[in-house]
Amino acid sequence: MNASNNDAASPTIIRRAVSAISSPGGRLASGGIVLVLLPLVTVALDRAYVVYLYDLVMVYVIVALGLNILTGFTGQISIGHAGFMAIGAYASAILTGRLGLPFVMAMPLAALLTAAIGFCLGIPALRLHGHYLAIATLGFGVAVSQLSAVWEGFTGGYQGMKVPVASILGLGFNSDLRYYYLALAVTWLMLAAARNILRTRPGRALMAVRDSEVAAQAMGVNLAKYKTASFAASAFYAGIAGSLYAHLVKFISPFDFNLGVSLTLLASIVVGGLGSVTGSVLGAVFMTLLPHVFSRVKNLPLVLTGVSLIVVVLFLPHGLVSLPWRLKQAAARMRTRMGMRGATRRGTA
Amino acid sequence: MALLEIQGVTVRFGGLVAVNDLGFAVEDGAIHGLIGPNGAGKSTVFNCISRFIRPDAGVIRFSGKELACEPHEVILRGIARTFQNVELFRGQTVIDNVLLGLHAAGTVDILRGALRGRGARAEEARLRTRAAEVLDTLGITGYAPGLACGLPYGVQKLVELARALVSRPRLLLLDEPVAGMNSAERVDLAKTIRRIRDELGVTVLLVEHDMSIVMGLCDMITVMNFGSKIAEGTPHEVQHDPRVIEAYLGEDAENAPAC
Repeated sequence: MNASNNDAASPTIIRRAVSAISSPGGRLASGGIVLVLLPLVTVALDRAYVVYLYDLVMVYVIVALGLNILTGFTGQISIGHAGFMAIGAYASAILTGRLGLPFVMAMPLAALLTAAIGFCLGIPALRLHGHYLAIATLGFGVAVSQLSAVWEGFTGGYQGMKVPVASILGLGFNSDLRYYYLALAVTWLMLAAARNILRTRPGRALMAVRDSEVAAQAMGVNLAKYKTASFAASAFYAGIAGSLYAHLVKFISPFDFNLGVSLTLLASIVVGGLGSVTGSVLGAVFMTLLPHVFSRVKNLPLVLTGVSLIVVVLFLPHGLVSLPWRLKQAAARMRTRMGMRGATRRGTA
Repeated sequence: MALLEIQGVTVRFGGLVAVNDLGFAVEDGAIHGLIGPNGAGKSTVFNCISRFIRPDAGVIRFSGKELACEPHEVILRGIARTFQNVELFRGQTVIDNVLLGLHAAGTVDILRGALRGRGARAEEARLRTRAAEVLDTLGITGYAPGLACGLPYGVQKLVELARALVSRPRLLLLDEPVAGMNSAERVDLAKTIRRIRDELGVTVLLVEHDMSIVMGLCDMITVMNFGSKIAEGTPHEVQHDPRVIEAYLGEDAENAPAC
């Protein structure tokens, strides 16, 4: 009797625990705990260098999120997003290193400057659609990279420039582990802000611009305003990411922000899922970790990037984020097919 | 009193005169039909009122004031519309589509949206209540959380109507509201349009090819052919106008051998 009572009780506890975790608040809390403990466990397992990778992943999560706001949600392509990252990175480096501004001021200032340049790029981009916009943004990306190489007095040219350690109120983020928590806080803020934007009036307006410019205008959406705002917001994200990147690696050069980076960013939102916040995260994690996981074989990461892009475009057009849904769909299809086969067998018998 | 006045409006596309010196007025509280054979210039007139096309000549006045604004400002003046080939925001849910109809009624911008303060949340709640109300009025509440692109065509048309209606416009422009619907849906929608006018006091200007709907619904009809007005009057008057009969039957006679 007692034993059976216990058997009945324990699944209830498990069920309760599962339902507590799977509730929205519970999921957030448990996810937060995992993210806070992750680097500590990694260090304990003697894999401290991996923490640096986590930091890098978060940098690319932020910039991918920004690119997705522009490309996935507003429907305006950019093949020059590394250019915005470069502006954020150099601005933050110069503000802290040369002008001695504290990091807490330099990061938002650098991002605001990047946003202002994004806004300016958005104005000529209003007249451009599709391929032409792609070429214009490509040109922007290449130009920024070239400019940072040539403008030696300001950026150190190809020699690169050193970036001081980020510190807030005397607390220096000089180790990858410490930096992890700084990056985590910034990433969390940027994710929350993106979600808030996309769930309310401005987010709907951006998606309206993507889905039908004519109908958007008829609803009172000012195309010029929202397209330029999308460029500015997207550049703001890239600026934050650039600043975060600069103070993580503490040394930046034009090579960090070349065309390849822009293309990888575009690939990561396509692989993760266009027009999805979660997709931006998945894509950035995938694309950042891929080269490090397969780094032992030369050129293999590049090949895998290409292959994954083709596979996603062909078989998973909504990106990795749609995978669970697609699997569920496939399972349901299998089940009906099995059911039908059973029925016909019974019928013939 | 005329709510919408169109005077001497001319639109040229290159050498083609799409609308030629057109003039008519839509009375406040009327259901006004704009009909004519294909290519008569009806949709061009709608696009002039929506300011997507700027007429080469002529004036359009709305409640006594000239309509000379940007396309996105038209809704602020109290004019909402639907489109001939449903222009829903396909990647968004039905409720988000209707909420976009309230875009002009909101003020939250990207920065305030990102911070999601008390004001932003209150506005969002207010917009959602209003959107739910309109979905309920049109009986499509059940579709609210679904994506707009997967819906049956008739429902898509209703969602588009809800999106136009939600902003409480004074004038509603309906471009072929019953096209693509079956006969039962057509009768239902005609009733709905009448209800919108009677209960909400919205003036309606509609383009439609279904003559039984137009004749049964409209108080006044303007007939166009080749960009010009050829007749105007009550449904009864228009039906017996020889120029209208010629425009329609003449077209049929021409088309007959091709069929």
